[in-house]
Amino acid sequence: MDIAVITFPGSNCDRDIITAVESITGRLPQLIWHKDSDIGKPDLVLVPGGFSFGDYLRCGAIAARSPAMDAVYDHALRGGMVMGICNGFQILIECGLLPGALIRNSGLKFVCRNTRLKTSQTGKAIMGRLEDGEELTIPVAHNEGQFFADEDTLSKIQDNGQIAFTYAATHGEDDYNPNGSALDIAGITSENGRVLGLMPHPERMMSEAVGGTDGRRMLTAIIEASQS
Amino acid sequence: MKVTVTITLKPGVLDPQGRAIEHSLLSLGYQDAKEVSTGKLITLDIDEDDENRARQKVAKMCETLLVNTVIEDYDIHCLVADEGDEA
Repeated sequence: MDIAVITFPGSNCDRDIITAVESITGRLPQLIWHKDSDIGKPDLVLVPGGFSFGDYLRCGAIAARSPAMDAVYDHALRGGMVMGICNGFQILIECGLLPGALIRNSGLKFVCRNTRLKTSQTGKAIMGRLEDGEELTIPVAHNEGQFFADEDTLSKIQDNGQIAFTYAATHGEDDYNPNGSALDIAGITSENGRVLGLMPHPERMMSEAVGGTDGRRMLTAIIEASQS
Repeated sequence: MKVTVTITLKPGVLDPQGRAIEHSLLSLGYQDAKEVSTGKLITLDIDEDDENRARQKVAKMCETLLVNTVIEDYDIHCLVADEGDEA
């Protein structure tokens, strides 16, 4: 099992995801600095959250053009699995591995709270070990997390089954969608289902001591899927 | 040659900053301020004397890094020598 975590200047969730992976697999993942153009041949690449390059120009824009991300891009084109969380999702969109754009939250505020996610498009590739309709409580913490795409792109990702996670109202709340994302999208996959990006932070929901273990459930399923 | 790139949000992309500015203008009594939107201005000096070639080079930079064409449009403006001197 070989899992790689990419770190950029300004990443701040890399330690969390490294600790999360280590607690699931018992092994320290491979740590890749953004200037490394050789990422080896990992089963899964994790692109962590944070504020890579200070969110300059656009969130994730500069990180997306780094040597390590060039290598991740090639890894994905070869069919490799990649998961980007929060800023990692923004980076995967900026480098063209995922469609659409992530823009300023509709409420104009940084949103930091738990969200209820509904899982879909399970049973294949990176989503292979999650249950269809499974609900998970995972926190978000972002300012630019509103998923945006034109109508054609939205229909295409629906038709292709690329919507992996949506924000869901479990008790009829009006504010279940924290950022105004189109179609309540919290996470999407690439067409081949092997690249996943999502705004919520599973690595922050790893223990009952911090509010729950749904993040452990999600990450364990994704790591298992990358081994099959 | 000095070049400026003006980056604006595509029509239909939510511009919360523009909306907030518009509300503020209206509350200050500027009732005729409509469709306020924000954007970015990037200036650079490029080692190129020919305007067309400069434009082509900068367009490539826009497509590669400066602009997210999913949500943004851009406009390139080259400051020709005498115009630059005046500035």
